[in-house]
Amino acid sequence: MSSSVLLPLAEVTPLPGSTYIIPALFLLFVATTVAGALVAVASQRIIRSVCGLALCCLGIAGLYYFLNSPFLALMELLIYVGAVCVTIIFAVMLAEPEEPAPTAKRGFAWLAVGATAVVTGAIFWSLARLGVCGEWPALAVNQSSGSVETIGVQLLTTYSFAFEAISLVLFVAILGAIAIARTGRHNA
Amino acid sequence: MKPFLDSVLQLHTQPAPYLVLAAFLLAVGLYGLVRRRTLVGMLISGELLFAAASLNFMAVNRFFAPDPAVGQIFVLFIMGLAAAEVAIALSIVIAIYRNYGSIKSRELNELKR
Repeated sequence: MSSSVLLPLAEVTPLPGSTYIIPALFLLFVATTVAGALVAVASQRIIRSVCGLALCCLGIAGLYYFLNSPFLALMELLIYVGAVCVTIIFAVMLAEPEEPAPTAKRGFAWLAVGATAVVTGAIFWSLARLGVCGEWPALAVNQSSGSVETIGVQLLTTYSFAFEAISLVLFVAILGAIAIARTGRHNA
Repeated sequence: MKPFLDSVLQLHTQPAPYLVLAAFLLAVGLYGLVRRRTLVGMLISGELLFAAASLNFMAVNRFFAPDPAVGQIFVLFIMGLAAAEVAIALSIVIAIYRNYGSIKSRELNELKR
């Protein structure tokens, strides 16, 4: 057997710098999320904004992996990057929603930008301060593994009503989307 | 320098960076929701709000909840609702574009046209 030749894991000295790889990946995902969100909001062309949303969702998928949930990371990539962003791009192609150039300069335009920035900045500051300095309970000892198997069992037992309800919501949403998008065709 | 480097290396095992990032996403999404002038842009900002809520749920679930499956199930439901919301909102956007010829929120100030 070739495995008997291998050293036990504890005796192998770690590669130089290998302790930095995981924190560097974490910081990379955080930077991806922040940059994607900023591009999604600040970009003038709407197609770049969609690309920013896809970038943001990519970073969030990586953060889900760090939060012990590879399943949700995969779902984030599938649903947001694969479905939501592509659907928004279809709407962009159908409705050409270019952001209009700012209309004639008015005196309070910068005041509106400043007021929005101040309010959202205050919300960010207070929530971030709550997250950093808040009185959070002690770190929990996990009782179950949180694996995909556990999720599936709980979805079909404890949360079966919510599961059925969301399937109904999706069904009604699909029917409504078809109905709304079809009726406009005669008026075109 | 050394303790700072150690704290950076341990950052991904702490709840604080996730919560701060979720607050940042919420603030950016709110800013975009107010400042955007087209319906699709407002929809994208709304997606950022959904992402902020999901990240917050997952962070609290990972660090403070005794059962780690509950938060994941909740975030799955949020993703399902977000998908339904996008489908409905985009069909409304396309219907509005057919009726008005524009989806700039400034020009949509009449109920019927």
